[in-house]
Amino acid sequence: MSSGSMSEDEFVDSDYDDFEEESDIEYEQAEDIGFSDMISEKHRKKAYEVDFTVFPLSDILAAQASASNHVANILGVTQDQAAALLRSFKWNKERLVERYMDHAQEILDQAGVVLDDVQTRLLKRPRGFVCMICFDDSSAGPALGLRCGHVFCQPCYEHYLTQKIVEEGECRRILCPESGCDVVVDEQTIKKVVQAPVMSKYRQLQDRAYVADLDNLRWCPAPNCENAVECRLPHSSFATIVPTVQCSCGYKFCFGCGLGDHQPAPCGLVKMWQKKCADDSETANWISAHTKECGKCQSTIEKNGGCNHMTCRKCKYEFCWVCMGPWSEHGTSWYNCNRFEESSSTDARDQQAKSRASLERYLHYYNRFANHEHSAKLDRDLYMKTEKKMEEMQRTSDLSWIEVQFLKKAVDVLTSCRMTLRWTYAFAFYLARNNMTELFEDNQRDLEVAVEALSELLEKPIEREKIAELRAQVLDKTVYVGSRREVVLEDTAKGLAEGRWEFFVDFGKI
Amino acid sequence: MNPPAGVDIIDANDFKLWKLGLAGAQGTLYEGEKFQLEFNFGPNYPLESPQVLFVGDNIPIHPHIYSNGHICLDVLYNHWSPVQTVASICLSLQSMLSSCTSKERPPDNAAYIKTARSNPKHTAWAFHDDSV
Repeated sequence: MSSGSMSEDEFVDSDYDDFEEESDIEYEQAEDIGFSDMISEKHRKKAYEVDFTVFPLSDILAAQASASNHVANILGVTQDQAAALLRSFKWNKERLVERYMDHAQEILDQAGVVLDDVQTRLLKRPRGFVCMICFDDSSAGPALGLRCGHVFCQPCYEHYLTQKIVEEGECRRILCPESGCDVVVDEQTIKKVVQAPVMSKYRQLQDRAYVADLDNLRWCPAPNCENAVECRLPHSSFATIVPTVQCSCGYKFCFGCGLGDHQPAPCGLVKMWQKKCADDSETANWISAHTKECGKCQSTIEKNGGCNHMTCRKCKYEFCWVCMGPWSEHGTSWYNCNRFEESSSTDARDQQAKSRASLERYLHYYNRFANHEHSAKLDRDLYMKTEKKMEEMQRTSDLSWIEVQFLKKAVDVLTSCRMTLRWTYAFAFYLARNNMTELFEDNQRDLEVAVEALSELLEKPIEREKIAELRAQVLDKTVYVGSRREVVLEDTAKGLAEGRWEFFVDFGKI
Repeated sequence: MNPPAGVDIIDANDFKLWKLGLAGAQGTLYEGEKFQLEFNFGPNYPLESPQVLFVGDNIPIHPHIYSNGHICLDVLYNHWSPVQTVASICLSLQSMLSSCTSKERPPDNAAYIKTARSNPKHTAWAFHDDSV
């Protein structure tokens, strides 16, 4: 992890250390002893890992300041003005400097930068002035207009800018209040007009925008975390790579979409799966699986009991639920339909069976997906309870604190495995049936069996005499489960890179 | 108050809710039709746009007007400017109606009205078409 002060150049070509949770410490120790070769072998990057760097907020601000300072020196403007110019160029220094040399005024206007301070002073209201926002026509008090000449009274301007900044969170391009006018309100004007807290909010928004502007930076989405993560993979590669990063606060998330860790499923697939689970596409499937349409008025009918003689409540059409033919041809065989095999009704039934099968298939994957999420929560709850018990045991017996800590590690591994398993079900849902899928499912099953075994072990009542035995078993299983997870992730990541998986949907671009 | 041509005030007794009548302009597809508009002014008006809806029995059939009365017009949402007024919105709506060449609902009407919230300002509008 890089830390300390960072020059802006480091964003462009810094080296990336591999890093896992423990690697920092182990690496340092190894260097001391001189076994660095062996260690680097051990920590060789796995197929499902990506390179990334975590930067604290102070580094982000420093990088921003250093870039603006650099440009300010080249163009001979102030640092704030340089920052505004850079913002309108998404922090692409070279392009800004090049274009500025040719079309300085155009670039300045576009970014809303006014070099000459005289232009931005508050005016005295001209004679016959009426503010077009509040229709105030008194002649007292200051007014304000940009180079476009649209003048409004100062209180209206202040309300307008405050509204834009505080309510709408706008900091990039606040335009002149006049309808259709696209002159950008410059920073000095904003500073002159709004109150200090609003201005500091404005600055804060600009800092946020800096990270948003750069494709290879993303804020850590964990609550109260102010770090940003840098990952230099092109966004186009996210269809075949799942860029999971871990902030130094401990939160693991996907650099591509900002959601929590969803390995091994790629972002596009995740998005599709979530949409499928959220929207009512399955309602439609349910309707087609459980209902039929009245042969006459096309009303949707769900049969909730009784015999096959149906009477549509709406149009009073009488028909047979089994063959959908008119009831008049059925006579008195209320529960049997001897016309079942006729071709016209076979088609309708085929359609229904197909939709039922697809619903069941979806539910198979969804239930397992949801189940692992739920189980992870239960595992956590169980751990909380056990932890108390362990602490008590530690007080009342001669066990040391270290000796009762093995459960924590086990639950952590278990949770991350359940999260991985969860997404393997979304992944598998979209896989086409072939040999590769069978192999994937074998790996998935191995992980699942191992996870459930570990979970079961954790539920065992803890007895003082058997604690050493339990500890050995748990440690053993924890390591095994962890390695099964690596197998699944490694294999899916390689498969994605090689294009080995065949999906029956196209989620290519996100 | 002197409303522009084709607009009459039904109820404008407070600064929260106004109801206006809008008549289809002569020589357009909406000639002879009468519509009702509802303006809801928030505390931040005119810095924030009012909520504007077609209400009543006759919602204009127009490619940018949903059957629940929601209007897809950029000046009501992200192109709002505090200089706009009720009169200028009415004018924009008149012109939107008048330039219409075929009376039909937006293509995604059925899907939209099922999921839309009552306040159109909560919808993230994408303005597909600048011509009408």
